[in-house]
Amino acid sequence: MPEITAEQVAHLAHLARIDLSQDEITSLTAELGQIVEAVAKVQEVATPDVAATSHPIPLSNVFRPDTVVESLTVEQALSGAPDRDGDKFKVPAILDEE
Amino acid sequence: MTDLIRLSANDLSGLLADRSISSVEATTAHLDHIDAVDGDVHAFLHVARDAALQTAADIDARRASGEPLGPLAGVPIAIKDVLATKDMPSTSGSKILEGWIPPYDATVVARLRAADLVPLGKTNMDEFAMGSSTEHSAYGPTRNPWDLERIPGGSGGGSAAAVSAFEAPLALGSDTGGSIRQPAAVTGSVGVKPTYGGVSRYGAIALASSLDQVGPVSRSVLDAAMLHDVIGGHDPLDSTSLTDAWPSMTQAARAGFEDGALKGVRVGVVKELNGSGFQPGVKQRFDETLALLEGAGAEIIEVSAPNFEYAVAAYYLILPAEASSNLARFDSVRFGIRVNPEDGPLTSERVMAATREAGFGPEVKRRIILGTYALSAGYYDAYYGSAQKVRTLIQRDFDAAFAQADVLVSPAAPTTAFKFGEKLDDPMAMYLNDITTIPANLAGVPGLGLPMGLAPEDGLPVGLQVMAPARADARLYTFGAAVEQLLESTWGHTMLSQAPVLAPNEMFASEEGVV
Amino acid sequence: MAKASLMDFDKALELFEPVLGFEVHVELNTKTKMFCGCANEFGQGANTNTCPTCLGLPGGLPQMNEKAIESSIRLGLALGCDIAEYSRFARKNYFYPDTAKNFQTSQYDEPIAFDGELTIELASGRQVTVQIERAHMEDDAGKLTHKGGATGRIQGADYSLVDYNRGGVPLVEIVTRMIEGGESDSPEIAKTYVAAVREIVKALGVSNARMEEGNVRCDANVSLRPRGSNILGTRTETKNVNSLRSVERAVRYEIQRQAALLSAGGTITQETRHWHEDTGTTSAGRPKSDADDYRYFPEPDLVPMAPSREWVEELRATLPEPPAARRKRLQSDWGFANLEFQDVVNSDLLDVVEATVAAGASAQSARKWWTGEIARLANVAGVPADTLVQPVQVAGLIELVEAGTLTDRLARQVLEGVIAGEGTPAEVVENRGLAVVSDDGPLIAAIDDALASQPDVLAKIKDGKVQAAGAVIGAVMKAMRGQADAARVRELVLERAGQAG
Ligand SMILES: [Mg+2]
Ligand SMILES: [Zn+2]
Repeated sequence: MPEITAEQVAHLAHLARIDLSQDEITSLTAELGQIVEAVAKVQEVATPDVAATSHPIPLSNVFRPDTVVESLTVEQALSGAPDRDGDKFKVPAILDEE
Repeated sequence: MTDLIRLSANDLSGLLADRSISSVEATTAHLDHIDAVDGDVHAFLHVARDAALQTAADIDARRASGEPLGPLAGVPIAIKDVLATKDMPSTSGSKILEGWIPPYDATVVARLRAADLVPLGKTNMDEFAMGSSTEHSAYGPTRNPWDLERIPGGSGGGSAAAVSAFEAPLALGSDTGGSIRQPAAVTGSVGVKPTYGGVSRYGAIALASSLDQVGPVSRSVLDAAMLHDVIGGHDPLDSTSLTDAWPSMTQAARAGFEDGALKGVRVGVVKELNGSGFQPGVKQRFDETLALLEGAGAEIIEVSAPNFEYAVAAYYLILPAEASSNLARFDSVRFGIRVNPEDGPLTSERVMAATREAGFGPEVKRRIILGTYALSAGYYDAYYGSAQKVRTLIQRDFDAAFAQADVLVSPAAPTTAFKFGEKLDDPMAMYLNDITTIPANLAGVPGLGLPMGLAPEDGLPVGLQVMAPARADARLYTFGAAVEQLLESTWGHTMLSQAPVLAPNEMFASEEGVV
Repeated sequence: MAKASLMDFDKALELFEPVLGFEVHVELNTKTKMFCGCANEFGQGANTNTCPTCLGLPGGLPQMNEKAIESSIRLGLALGCDIAEYSRFARKNYFYPDTAKNFQTSQYDEPIAFDGELTIELASGRQVTVQIERAHMEDDAGKLTHKGGATGRIQGADYSLVDYNRGGVPLVEIVTRMIEGGESDSPEIAKTYVAAVREIVKALGVSNARMEEGNVRCDANVSLRPRGSNILGTRTETKNVNSLRSVERAVRYEIQRQAALLSAGGTITQETRHWHEDTGTTSAGRPKSDADDYRYFPEPDLVPMAPSREWVEELRATLPEPPAARRKRLQSDWGFANLEFQDVVNSDLLDVVEATVAAGASAQSARKWWTGEIARLANVAGVPADTLVQPVQVAGLIELVEAGTLTDRLARQVLEGVIAGEGTPAEVVENRGLAVVSDDGPLIAAIDDALASQPDVLAKIKDGKVQAAGAVIGAVMKAMRGQADAARVRELVLERAGQAG
């Protein structure tokens, strides 16, 4: 089982966009190590012949007709926005690019 | 009038229907009681006094005009804060959503309104439903009405405490790994996790999409069934919602009151949920209940579910994985708080990270990081993929068990309510507390929790869990109502009639003095 | 940003073999979005087409649009793909402000369509078969506008604004396998391939296919393999190239840039690159790195698709004739010369010419009107020709000309009337009183007047110099204010001058 390192936790925090403090990274590294060790137990029985279940009750082909439904009003859509400019949501400068 | 708060929803409904009481009276009685005791209990994050009274008055007027109304019309209800409500803040117990009022109602909330129930307010919960004690609420814990020094269970501690403290006859909960059933067990109330897909998840702030299910919280099995009938059924807005034509759960519960309802019922006792780690008083009440059932003609069978041993591990991979993705939308762009980093440039990326750092509590961060790990490249198969295989094995165990038994039973929780802080520093100990309830979520089968007595060693409520095959929710209600009736007739009273009477909150009392 | 040095294209081809790959995103023209009932409309007020689901509000849940799935299956079939018996959506997790849920709902290892091919024909007649790896469904992101700073670009902006109207619009992403052996045709292959995809989605009617509105967007992968080597070079991915000409230029540019860099001993960074229409160059975007960990997992809020084979066959039966085959057939039916036909195709007028012919016009007249006067008016108005007037009206107009009711000049006036919304060609003729005077009486009077006033001309005609009639015809047409059929006037002039026949 791979040991969980502080660097790894910092990387995970970056992927998860959480600006963890150094203290949090330290405590999470320890906790995560313990939890991962405990949950790795699933590998004992997860043999290749067992199929994965993603949904508890199997369903398929659940579709919606292509019919327009009333949208929110612009005011409703923006009602919770921390910042806005006119009818658009306003966000700080984007430096990283997708 | 204080008696009104002690009535079941079914009894209230009768008095409302024949106009012996008005909804305004019933609603006022509950609001007043909330004012009196919720300072101590803290079941509510928001009380909508004015809106509730207005809704009640409208319903009274419509009833007076002769308009036919549904069975629960005019009955007050508390709503777990995980559900979107367009006239009340919906925070899911998190600081990141502080003050957020959604522009829409969850489907179950819309159905409550359509059935003319009266929303009293929003109940406290562990942040994003992550927890078993309501200690992880960003707004402070809810206290167990049986002992204010103890946890009310979680994540739906607020809803369970609200009904067991007589602040509301009914409440809505959500159950991802036991968040309805475990709080019911430790507060002496009733709660049901329906079959996955039986109740719409649209508008329920998602924790783990493949596990979450909204369900009723109440003080009796019949009341839970009546509420289930209001909220259940197909919703095209939830793609995992089942299209089944469901039978009346109310009728199913009433069938449990008939003589001989327990006769010949094959009751499976899950060996793996009845072993070590259970508090003696829990075990004792469970064994006594089995004996009572046998005396009433039920057939007790031991069944084995060997893979339940892996359920907690699978759950704590699937849940964090799905949650890490579900909670990604809390990014300070469209809703919720925005927090700027203390120093350095203000970029979108840094503001998102600072907001999530400040807005999420420690348990939420822990699970997001765990879920991010479980899904990351190179680990997926070992963790998330393996957990999904365990899910298959647990479903097989259920299939085998239900081939032998009509219902499965176990204690609803391994212990009675523990004290605040007891397990806070040991996440794994907290997680293991859900061992009894998690298998039902992994397999999607319905589960019901109801009180089966007080543990002799601490005088605190002990809960029984009943599980039925997927889609057989009606069977749970019939069996549950029969067991409840059997236990209450044995005791000669209801469980909650034994709860300590809560002293009116001091601040309220002093205000009263001024008036 | 330092200007990249470029190697001469032919020289680059001597040293390297270009390897291409394309990801073409097609926006479907369904009425609603992929996972919610909000309208899928371009150009609406910001954030007017949003709901809890496409805004990623807490509690929002997706519901699959059946029409989008149908369109995707039809597109997959048209690309010669197999349609999956079992297919799922996954979540592609990454944070970006235009992505409301901070994951894209996309298909990962279980796409709806896979293993197809598309044969394209270059101008030289060379045929190239492009292998399609997969065509998968996903949802589009919202639209960002960058504010402040000098350029309006992302770099240097002070803040950005988000409009989520486009967020959740259904996309099909068509991914090719590596295209080798393109050699010096590579830029043309790029352009022709994207054009062919665009033509197919248009023929299927599954997309508006307007590249300028971003309905079809191409990411072009280019790498170079040194001659004699069998090791693939590092590729770059030039994102969102939004016109056919730009696709061609971007591929050519990357070949020249990479060749120069490699020959100078440099290395290619695996990265996304941005295409700049104004300068015709690409610039470095974000490098691909180990940090790209999208943590894909099956979308738990949706259930799998298992399109029945019956449904797939029903949809196959709705496929139109493949565009390339259709073009061959139409050119031969219409008897157009290559240049005439190319003119129609390049002006994007194949559909309307076909519809005009179907409405009864001759192919040559239909071509002449659409590529001529109508295209001219459309150009003036700055709108596509096919939005200006209906094929059936054009056919009506042509019929009036061919019946002698209208001269070409009058017909142009009638066309203007039709475009101005004055009614059908016949109604415009009626209302504006534009019909050719068909009663010979007034014509004969006018001719006699004209002949009388130009006796020298009359004499010439009588002498057999019939070309002299032109002067009289001109005078008559002038007197009739154009409302006469010049051919009939000519006949009558000759007749009155004693040269009947
Ligand atoms: Mg894509
Ligand atoms: Zn929407």
